[in-house]
This record gives sequence, C-alpha cells and structure tokens, in this order.
Amino acid sequence: MAHAAIAAELPRRRVRDVPLVRAAGRIGLVVAVLVLLVGLWELYHWIWTSAGWTWPFPVNDTSMPHVWTIVKAFGQPAQVNQPALITILLHKTAFTAKEAAAGFAMGALVGFALGVILVHSRLLQRGFLPYIVGSQTVPILAIAPMVVVWVNPKLPGSLQGWGAVAVIAAYLTFFPVAINTLRGLQSADPRALELMRTYAASRWAVLWTLRVPTSLPYVFSALRLAATASVVGAIIGELPSGIQDGLGSAILNFNQYYSLEPQELWATNVIAAALGIAFFVIVVLAERAIVRRAPENVA
Amino acid sequence: MNSTSVVRIDGVTKTFPQGNVTALQEIDLELAPAEFVSLIGPSGCGKSTLLRVIGDLIEPTAGSITVNGKSVRQARNDGDYGIVFQDAVLFDWRTVAKNIALPLEMLGWERQRRKARVTEMLELVELGGFADHHPWQLSGGMQQRVAIARALSFEPALLLMDEPFGALDEMTRERLNLELLSIWQKTGSTVVFVTHSISEAVFLSTRVVVMSPRPGRIAGMIDVDLPSPRSVETREAPRFFELVTEVRELLRKRGEHLLPEEEARIS
Amino acid sequence: MSGIVVSERGPTVGGRAVRQAGEWLPAVVVFVLVVGLWEGTIRAFHVQQFLLPKPSSIASAFWTQRHTLWPAGWYTFKEALGGFVIGSVAGVVAATVVGRFRVVGTALMPIFIAANAIPIIAFAPIFGVWFNPISPHSKMAVAGVLCFLPVMVNTLRGLQSASPRQIELMRSYAASDFDVWRRVRVPTALPFLFTALKVASVLAMIGAIVGEYFGGALTALGVLISSDAQVFQFTTAWAGILVASLLGIALYTAVVLVERVVVRWSPQARGS
Repeated sequence: MAHAAIAAELPRRRVRDVPLVRAAGRIGLVVAVLVLLVGLWELYHWIWTSAGWTWPFPVNDTSMPHVWTIVKAFGQPAQVNQPALITILLHKTAFTAKEAAAGFAMGALVGFALGVILVHSRLLQRGFLPYIVGSQTVPILAIAPMVVVWVNPKLPGSLQGWGAVAVIAAYLTFFPVAINTLRGLQSADPRALELMRTYAASRWAVLWTLRVPTSLPYVFSALRLAATASVVGAIIGELPSGIQDGLGSAILNFNQYYSLEPQELWATNVIAAALGIAFFVIVVLAERAIVRRAPENVA
Repeated sequence: MNSTSVVRIDGVTKTFPQGNVTALQEIDLELAPAEFVSLIGPSGCGKSTLLRVIGDLIEPTAGSITVNGKSVRQARNDGDYGIVFQDAVLFDWRTVAKNIALPLEMLGWERQRRKARVTEMLELVELGGFADHHPWQLSGGMQQRVAIARALSFEPALLLMDEPFGALDEMTRERLNLELLSIWQKTGSTVVFVTHSISEAVFLSTRVVVMSPRPGRIAGMIDVDLPSPRSVETREAPRFFELVTEVRELLRKRGEHLLPEEEARIS
Repeated sequence: MSGIVVSERGPTVGGRAVRQAGEWLPAVVVFVLVVGLWEGTIRAFHVQQFLLPKPSSIASAFWTQRHTLWPAGWYTFKEALGGFVIGSVAGVVAATVVGRFRVVGTALMPIFIAANAIPIIAFAPIFGVWFNPISPHSKMAVAGVLCFLPVMVNTLRGLQSASPRQIELMRSYAASDFDVWRRVRVPTALPFLFTALKVASVLAMIGAIVGEYFGGALTALGVLISSDAQVFQFTTAWAGILVASLLGIALYTAVVLVERVVVRWSPQARGS
C-alpha cells in the first residue's frame, strides 16, 4: 500500500526491535501461557470433581493428578533405592535424543538426496512420488520390531539396539524433507534458470548455485517438521523393541503401574514433550544462525 | 446513466508517523461532474495516497474533503465510488460473472437484477463469452477489464483508478485507454486516474494534475483541450505533443527533488 | 475484442489421453518392477521368509485372512475417521476463534507451532487411562489430537493470508468485518485447510494404530498385527500392514477428491 511504500523509505528503530527485548517478550509469553494452562488444568480438575461429571472421562487424582504432584514426582525416586526420577528421566531422554538425532541426520540426508535426484527427472517423480507419499501410510509401529530384528545384526556392537531405532526415526524424517526439498528446488525463478543456461552451466552448477539456495526456506520448514518426526519416530521405535534405556520403556513401565503412581507417567510425558520442543527450537535457532534472518513461514 | 459528482478537497494534509513522512501537504482540488482528471508525478508525490484519501481508505491528518456534498465516510457507505487497482484484485474462487457481481451482492441487489447488470457490464467491456471463466484463465488485459466492469457495475458517480494499466504492455494499454474513454462517455462518471505515463494522462484526461514529492503537493494543473471523442489520431496531433511537453516541463521544473533515475522513468 | 485465453487442455482428445496415461504409468511401472524384484529375489535366493515374505504370500494372506483382517481394518478405520473428523472440526473452530482476534493469533502462532512439536504418541497411554484402554474412544482421542494441531495452525495461517488489496477492495464497498471474513478470508483459507487435511488423514490412521498398541480390542487391526507378529505369523502381519496402508491411502485419496471439487480454483487442485 502507498503509505507503506513511503514509510519504508526511512528506517525505523523501536525498542521492540532490539533482539534481547524480543527474546524476553517471547519467554514472557511462554511463561504466561504455561501459567494459564496450569491454572486451567487445576480449574478443570476442581470443577469436574466438585460436580462429579464423568464426561468426557471421570476426573480424580489418578486420571488428572495435580500439577504440584507431578512436579514433586520429579524429585523423588520412582522405586526404592534409586536416584530421583528426574535423573533417570534425563538419562533416558539423552538416550532417546541420541536415537532421534541420528535418525534426523540420516533422514534429512536421504530426504535431501531424494529431492535432488527427483528434481532432475519428471519421469522419476511420477514413478516414485506416490510411493514416497504412501510410505507414510504404513504403520511404522507395526514394522518396528521387524526392522529391529533385521537391522541389529548388521550393526557393529556399539550401535546395536539404538541404531535400529534411529533407522525408524529416519523413516519418519525423510518424508517431509524429501517433499519439501523437491518443492524448494523446483521453485527457482524460470528466468534465473534461463540465465544459467546462457552461461552453459552444467546441471550440477545450476543445482548448487541456484536451486539449492532457493530451496533453503523450504528445506528449513521441513527440518522443523522433521525434528518433531524424529523424536516421535524414536519413541515409537523403542516401544516394541524391548530397549530399556530410552523414554519408550519409561512410558511402558509407568503405564503398567499407572493406577499406583499416575504422576510418574505424567512426568515422563512432560519430559517427552520438552524433548520434542527442544529439538524444534534447536532447528529454529540453527536456521536463524545459518540463514541470518527470521525463519520463513512457508506452508 | 448520467450521474453527477463533485469532489471538494480542502487543505488536505497527510503525515505518516513512521518516519515522519508528509505524504500530502495542503492539497486543494475541486473536481467537476464528468471530469476526467489524471494525477501524475514521481514516486512519493502522494498521488496514490490522495486517491485513497478520496476513497476513505486513508484518513487525512488535516483538512476536509467531501464527495457529492457528503463526508467521504458517508460516500463510501453509500457506494458512491468504484475503485480499480494496478492488479485486477479478482477473487480466484469466483467466476468472472461472480466477480463482477461482488459489489452488487454487497449492496443487496436481488439475483435477477444482479444477473442482468452483469450481462450488461460484460457487453460493455466486450467479454461476453467469458462469464463462467475463472480469473486465471484470462490474460492480464482481460482481467483488468473485469476489474473495470466490477468497478462500474453499480454505476458509481466517481471512479478511482490507481495505475490500472501499469502492468500491461503498451499496445494493450492503448487499446484499453480507448475502451475506458468510450465507457466514460457512456456512463458520465467523474474519473480520478493515477498514472506514471505522461502520454496516457494527456490522452485520457480533461485535466492533468501534476504533483511533486517531499512533501506531496500539487505542482500545477493543465487543462487538456483536445477534441472529444479522442481516437488513435489524437495521439498524432500536434496539440497532443504540445500538451505532453507542457506536462513534462512542469514535472521537471517542479520536481527539483527528482532523482536522475526517477526522471528517466517519467517518459 | 478478443483476448488470449490460457487453457490447460491439449489440442486433441487422443493427446489428452496419452498425457493422462503418462501421469500414472511410471508409478505403475515402478510398482511392477519393485514387486517383481522382491518376489524374484526371495524365490531365487531362498531368502528366509521369516521377516519379509514374498509379495505373493502377502497377497494370498490378504485374501485368505480377509474374514479377520478386513473387519479389523474397518474397526480401526472407524477410530481413525472419528478422530479425523473430531480433530479437524475442532481445529477449524479453534482457528476461527483465534483468527477473530488478530493480535492474539499472531502472538500465539509461535506457541501453537511449538506445541505441534510435542510427541502426542507419548500421551497415548494417558488417553487409554481416560477412555478405557480397550474402547475405541481412546484411539479416537489420539487420532483427534494428532489431527487438531496441523489443521488449526494451517487454517489460521490461511485466514491470516488474505491479500491486503482484496481487503482494501472490500472496504471500498463499506464491507463489515463479517463480510470480509466470509467473502475473502474463508475462501483464501480453504486451500490451506485442505493441505492440512491431507496430512491429518494419514496421521489419523497412524494414531489409531499406535493407540491400539497400548491396549485395544482383539478386533482392532493394530492389535491383530502385533499379536500375529508375536506368534511369528509374519505373513499375516504384513497382510494386516497392507490393509492399514490401503485404508490410510483411501482416506487421503478421499480428501484429495473432495479438494478437487471444493477448491477447484486453487493452484493445487489445478495440478500445477
């Protein structure tokens, strides 16, 4: 609009624009939202227990432990003669994080490579894209045990167990990266492509000097999704594979004796949520550092 | 379909707080019924801002403005003007016919009346067979004609146009200029036309208002006394070139603030 | 005066048929090649069918076990569908409500996007506790929550992405906020909504099956697959996986078809 064009001529600097203030504002907002959620939780608990409503589900201290109970649970040992729950959970989180990170790296590389290969051939696209999309309809949870049994023997000893889970995490990760890399590489301006042709540039040169830089916003958008997918994949992979060292086993264990100690499962879930968000935030920060401007909102 | 309108702009000033920009300063202008007035000037002279002030899309910081003796807010509520932008701003999800019908729906016309008017307008802009097409199926010039049809569908007394042909090639532009003039003759609306092109301004208008930037103000006005109706030959008449030169001189003289590249752009 | 009409149709009917065949033929070829290779390798090298049975075995199990597999698939599909519908509707409603308050929407958007990063899977057992581990409702809850966030975030983004020029045009008609919302924001948001629905359709089925891992009726597909795997009936398990995959594809395809009709005018539906 006209006035925006005019106003844009002169730069404006406001307190709001200082990065530190913005970060503080963001954190403040997050804290406010968390406080609000805790408040709503307790309010819901109180209203439903007082009124005795059983829809959508019966509310009591087992089905909805008080937030304070959950917080306290972190500091206490889950079983006799064991360190505090939080210590155990952090170890398990680190383990799962390792799987997720490895899966993320593998999946991102494979996805990126697929995107690069497919952008050069419409034929390959039409041949393989339906299966790439379809791959995500296969319930990975059902396949996980088979993948673990098949992959484990092929891995060196130190990688066994968690390596297979990383493969499962990679399975969920490669898809958004592949699709978005393809879209990003395809989004180069046709006129820029024509320009490269006038330089008799090879396909490789066009790829690296034009397509890849153009695709970065798309790739990062996918990496944000992939970060979450890798954590989900790691947890799903652990569930049927009998691995005791990760969050998956913690979820299964605490689910088993939920009726006795409900807050422990909740505490585990809080940590799992934190892990997912942490991965996401790391990718966002990495994007900021690499691209040196705010992440784009590419759908 | 003859309607009258008077636009009275009195000491209108507009400053934007961000960056302390004075987009318009003490603009005084009166438009008589059925005039065709062009606003021309380099970027930052406030011509688009002035157009939006007339249309009550931007509020002036000072000064008063009336359209048909009413406040601009009232005029907008009464549907007294139609607006055409540089992009056609059509709705992708509506057919051409439905796009033209949009303001009529807003004004609450019943279906039969809407249908009849849409057909009329399609004839006017010579897009009769395209009622059920979608905007993306049309060329840029055709889309712009749909936008014009939409703007005129409810017979506004005032037509505001913001560089409507700026995105089109010169031949399409000249053709649409002729079409616009013939439509203007038929409807008798008052037209305020913002443009970057001196020849377009002189060809279309009864009066050319030259504006200069920083702060935005009226540098001068030139009455265009070319005979009407205008045609392809008008562009080759000696008087046409004289007027074009007059406008150009005025732009150059009062545009002391023009940057060299801006000057080159005004051709 | 005529103008140039841009059309995507080919010059001849025959040409059009060939082009359409060219669209799906490569995928079919790939399918045939992969299945053939799979079958061939296993037969030729006598690879143990322990983990990866021959496609022909899977296909025959798909057929012979249909009396258990197909109803189980339908049972799980209903869970997924229920969750899909509930989650998507809730997502649209939430986006509409948040979208009305522009400032709230823009401020909270990063929070919603971050919330999308929470592995909902971890909460599946909780839903089992709440809604009874055996009942389908707990699986519907998982599927619903999985669908809610992408739908809400994308719809909200769509509602916020109306072009300022279009809004200016509506203002020139003295349009009310509601008019702007109804005539501009909602149609603009529809393509975004459908993108999210496509993602959600796949997530719904996955969510239902993961939910079943933590407990479910014996007539549920996820339970069936894992119990078959546990007793080393891998062929049947794979047939079950095939059923799950087909159902996920079916739901996705249904969404795509609805999109083609409802959002006929968007670039995605036009196939660009």
